[in-house]
Amino acid sequence: MNRRDSLKALGLTAISAGVVLEACKPGKEPEVVAKGADGEAQPGRQEFEVERDKKLNSWKFFTEHEMATITLLADIIIPKDDKSGSASDAKVPDFIEFIVKDMPGHQTPMRGGLKWLDLQCLNRYQKTFKDASSTQQIEMVDDIAYPKKVKPGMQQGVAFFSLMRDLTASGFFTTEIGIKDLGYVGNVPNRWEGVPADVLKQYGMEGV
Amino acid sequence: MSEFEIKKSGVEYDAVIVGSGAGGGMTGYVLANAGLKVLMLEAGAYFDPRIDSQQLKWPWESPRRGAGTTRHFGDFDAAYGGWELEGEPYTQKNNSEFAWFRSRMLGGRTNHWGRISLRMGPDDFKPKDGLTDPWPITYQELKPFYDRVDRMIGLYGTVEGIESEPDGIFMTPPKPRLNELFIKKAAQKVGVTVIPGRGSVLTEALKDNKDRGQCFYCGQCGRSCKVYADFSSSSCLVIPAVKTGNLTVITNAMVREVLTDKSGKATGVSYVNTKDMQEYQVKGKTIILGASACESARLLLNSKSAAHPDGLANSSGIVGKYLHDSTGASMSGYLPQLVDRKRYNEDGAGSIHIYSPWWLDNKKLDFPRGYHIEYGGGLSMPGYGFGWGIEGMNGSIPGRDGKMKEAGGYGAGLKDDYRRFYGTEVGMAGRGTAIARESNYCEIDPNVVDKYGIPVLRFNYKWAPEEVKQAKHMQETFKEIMHAMGAIASEPPGAETSYGLEAPGKIIHEVGTVRMGDDPKKSALNRWCQAHDCKNLFVVDAAPFVQQGDKNATWTILALSMRTAEYILAQKKNLNIS
Repeated sequence: MNRRDSLKALGLTAISAGVVLEACKPGKEPEVVAKGADGEAQPGRQEFEVERDKKLNSWKFFTEHEMATITLLADIIIPKDDKSGSASDAKVPDFIEFIVKDMPGHQTPMRGGLKWLDLQCLNRYQKTFKDASSTQQIEMVDDIAYPKKVKPGMQQGVAFFSLMRDLTASGFFTTEIGIKDLGYVGNVPNRWEGVPADVLKQYGMEGV
Repeated sequence: MSEFEIKKSGVEYDAVIVGSGAGGGMTGYVLANAGLKVLMLEAGAYFDPRIDSQQLKWPWESPRRGAGTTRHFGDFDAAYGGWELEGEPYTQKNNSEFAWFRSRMLGGRTNHWGRISLRMGPDDFKPKDGLTDPWPITYQELKPFYDRVDRMIGLYGTVEGIESEPDGIFMTPPKPRLNELFIKKAAQKVGVTVIPGRGSVLTEALKDNKDRGQCFYCGQCGRSCKVYADFSSSSCLVIPAVKTGNLTVITNAMVREVLTDKSGKATGVSYVNTKDMQEYQVKGKTIILGASACESARLLLNSKSAAHPDGLANSSGIVGKYLHDSTGASMSGYLPQLVDRKRYNEDGAGSIHIYSPWWLDNKKLDFPRGYHIEYGGGLSMPGYGFGWGIEGMNGSIPGRDGKMKEAGGYGAGLKDDYRRFYGTEVGMAGRGTAIARESNYCEIDPNVVDKYGIPVLRFNYKWAPEEVKQAKHMQETFKEIMHAMGAIASEPPGAETSYGLEAPGKIIHEVGTVRMGDDPKKSALNRWCQAHDCKNLFVVDAAPFVQQGDKNATWTILALSMRTAEYILAQKKNLNIS
């Protein structure tokens, strides 16, 4: 089979980013077909995985108050700018809700961290983080966003904020909005012919 | 019908093969194409990459964004399985930390592997340092089979003329990515050889094959390929063999034991259907094990009878011994000069674009044998873990305004940092020769069974100074290369962690548990991978390896199993076996 036939087999007549494999209909049903929440077959997924996802989606870990705080923090970490939308535009809070159920190891650091944050704010401003003014919120975040200049007593806050930053970044840059922002242009059939000439020249790699 | 009735099939197959990975797949392919009636039993589910591959899915199509919660190598990875399987435990002895990766699916672990396809060299078969036992065969004896595997399955690479890294019949390799050019330049500067990768990915049309497509460079071989452009046993061997009409595959069939008659001859196998938990027996004139090195050893040890009191093919007591995985250590870092790099599609092929074959002379070193280095990095698809630990990067180089920033942070400036650092990462991983030792073994745990009631394996495996010193050398080499290209990388781990040497089993190259040899007292199989003690029993996975080189095992499994399959055909023709 040559390359053109390969692409035809994928249901692709031209190289385009939008076309994926829906066109590649299975010729026959595999022996083991996992069923999704909607009863649809999910090729390549094991039954236990489909069941597990269904279970994870059937309950909520975070309270409304916690989710509101997560949303505020996520948008402070990744705000809307002239290139793309904010973390909440990319539904990062929903991702965080899912991932802490998927990876229970994140649950206590997240829940405890949110509580730590609220107590700090209550002591400082007599308000939880969510109800504090935006100036107060930023003042608080400034104390926990920079691991190398952390003040005594703030280390736990730094650990929490670092986790929150990591989850926000992973959640944001793995969405359509985030990937477009980042400029990842792969995941599409193409022909790899090496580093473009202008890039080779830019880094002096022509002869390597 | 009693619930505990064992269902016995009246059909006697010419051959029954246990396992559908590289070895089982190749043997099934050769025998079915020769007209034998073959039955293949696979412990896991049916898997056809054309239908089941997660290829070209976007991270947001996974609720965990591709994280490895249920699959170690990520939500889109093709392995149904991992180092731990529900209800299928294994145990350890003497604080051993052996990790046993199993893929329960048609094609086994070949669906997700790195497609790095290296031949072992002459000295790997017949070592000159006398440290380990020689194989009963030479490279020259296996070379014609390597050549035929190259032609039949296809791989890319370049003819280099390196004796210890024998050339094959190659397709054009993919060109290096930008980060790999930096690595190549730096490695060569410090005296480390770098050559194009060798991967079983079709960069050209495969001659005389209409079923397999050509690579379209998504870089996702780990998910398995919908157009069969890379080698999986499922797509390239088992499914085509089924099409001959001579191979029957039963999935979800976990083999319990090999059955033998009073004379000690193998007559069939018994298995449990993992879905309905019913017991079955099937008959075969020839029994072939390709269940994986450890699983085949387990099967033999669990197949005890009056004729084979210590387990089948085990009068030497050697089965389970000489277990060895490759050594492995790695380092990652990033290239500050690549910050703000131009974007383009750099997915490339899903196997290695460049690598370093072993380049040094052991006479000048404090450890035997060697390792190769695999490299990576570039503008890869973001997934779970993207941006993790930015505070370790964004405080170490100047921002767009030329001023240093405080590490960590938030807001528009942080958001921009993620863009700026994207595509700057470089990684390198060493994969080396671990010495096959009698003292590293798996055996049957006398106390523990799995959920099917099958006695489980217990591992006893310790790294020795040879492997630890090799890992130390790897780290020193990585550091030198990182330094030579101006990369920022973390300090290499020290002696307290054995220099980052991975636990045995973590590299998933475990071999050697049913080794071949000319002396029946020191080996379980003869030079044709036929049991010394049982003439109609063969082993075709990595269990027969006497000593693995620093070459990933799959290509040797394929060549060796093709050779064994043809020997079986010849023996049947000459009526030496029925």
